[in-house]
Amino acid sequence: MPDSLTRLTIHEACELLKSRQLSSVELTRAYLERIHRVDPRIQAFVTVTDELALQQAEDADRLLAHDGVSPLAGIPVLIKDVICTKGVRTTCSSRILENLVPPYDAAVVEKLKACNAVIIGKANMDEFAMGSSTENSAFFPTRNPWDLSRVPGGSSGGSAAGVASGETVYALGSDTGGSIRQPAGFCSVTGLKPTYGRVSRYGLVAFASSLDQIGPLTHDVTDCALVMNAIAGYDRRDSTSVPQAVTDYTQCLNADLKGIRIGIPREYFVEGMQAEVATAIKTAIGQLEELGAEVDWEVSLPHTPYALAVYYIIAPSEASANLARYDGVKYGFSYQAPTMWESLEKTRQFGFGAEVKRRIMLGTYALSAGYYDAYYLKAQKVRTLIRREFDGAFEKYDALVTPTSPTVPFKIGEKVDDPLQMYLSDVCTLPINIAGLPAISIPAGFADGLPIGMQIIGKPFGEETILKVAHAYEQSTDWHKRRPNI
Amino acid sequence: MKLSREEVLHIARLARLGLTDEDVDRFREQLSNILENFEILRQVDTTDVPPTAQSVTLQSVMRDDEVAPSLPPEDILANAPRREGDCFRVRAVLE
Repeated sequence: MPDSLTRLTIHEACELLKSRQLSSVELTRAYLERIHRVDPRIQAFVTVTDELALQQAEDADRLLAHDGVSPLAGIPVLIKDVICTKGVRTTCSSRILENLVPPYDAAVVEKLKACNAVIIGKANMDEFAMGSSTENSAFFPTRNPWDLSRVPGGSSGGSAAGVASGETVYALGSDTGGSIRQPAGFCSVTGLKPTYGRVSRYGLVAFASSLDQIGPLTHDVTDCALVMNAIAGYDRRDSTSVPQAVTDYTQCLNADLKGIRIGIPREYFVEGMQAEVATAIKTAIGQLEELGAEVDWEVSLPHTPYALAVYYIIAPSEASANLARYDGVKYGFSYQAPTMWESLEKTRQFGFGAEVKRRIMLGTYALSAGYYDAYYLKAQKVRTLIRREFDGAFEKYDALVTPTSPTVPFKIGEKVDDPLQMYLSDVCTLPINIAGLPAISIPAGFADGLPIGMQIIGKPFGEETILKVAHAYEQSTDWHKRRPNI
Repeated sequence: MKLSREEVLHIARLARLGLTDEDVDRFREQLSNILENFEILRQVDTTDVPPTAQSVTLQSVMRDDEVAPSLPPEDILANAPRREGDCFRVRAVLE
């Protein structure tokens, strides 16, 4: 009984809870029990919120006796530790925030609480969301439930692994250059990065303000739509939040792809990509054709190869500004030296990990006098070209489909000493953040038991279309039903 | 294009990041390597192309200057590394 309870989707759990076959307390206890049993091997959690979860479960049970309750009521969610939870430690997997307890909830947390969600814990991540493997966590790496010697991806590795391993029903992550989609692909779960401005960033610890978005990681596309219904929407506290109405994302899930025009940008099948991944994605695209979509295999987005450089100038530049606030004055780790400057420098020296320092320095350099034009300004201009190219493509196509990553999950330790190699694992996801577009990664197969993800990209506020395409593919395969042997 | 030790130390100073000698050498190597890969952007013709700062078309999003309650001071001071009364205690800024 306990094991099948931890294999549920949101919509399945909702059925059982609303029909009173199961209580939220029973469901939550099953997940807490599983977490304590398997997390020592996975390490997806920085904090497990047992008491809070059970309290919320009891509250949910009282409300589930009535009608009109949210589909998310009483269902456990794991929240990436970059999202502020009032009264619950929020660390960004960094020593500099190791004991920070936020005095407020992020907008998305407020929304989930309003749905009577059950917050089961805070997920491990790459420090300050900088990384593609969760190996940059200051605490410990998270392991891929499909192969414990491999990475779950990053930076939302804890979120993705937690869903895959049945330690939570769903999770929230954040995505700046691929940090929801790439781990979703690596862990064989569904992960969506909304259009920039679709989900409020209020309470999201900022990494790169023009690129960051919060999004769901779930077992399937229906769950993804349910979470989007809850978290999307205008928030006046986020000055980049777009006042666009939220429609019911579950309404577009109707398996028929007739008339849907899909483009395959050839630049995403990068040189050196793993052959099995390319084959799996091409097979999946063939399946989309079977389902009625018109597929154009010969699309070209020539500026794609520049996206890596554009991203690794813009993101660190914005990060250098956003992380200037960590000074040991108002909160967080604080080194006490005799002078103010030394206190400041040593706080940051000992509080930040290597990758964070690297990116702060890259950004500081790119923004500094004498280099601003050559680097930051140039990158922003190329950013315009990348965005224009996508806009052009979306005049002809409803969605673009690509691999999520060039490879299957790599081994822990394999890329940690070569920052550039690590950056390359995000080549398929970075351009999407640069252009502010929505994109989803869904399971598309396995190679030697290791997950392969397919990415579907939409036009701005085109979440309905990408969910529709994703759902149709998902329903024609069984990938989303597979679970790792944990 | 290789960064000099001085340049690395200068950047670290701007970012207020303390670095050990090993850090300086290691970052010098890694940053130079990464920056070399950015040279590729020189190939792109960006004449008359405006920069994009963010992907939405919102401009000057402001709110009215209205006084409203903020967070309670106790909540804000709760994470203070060093506190004195209702203040955050720091080392002297000016000697």
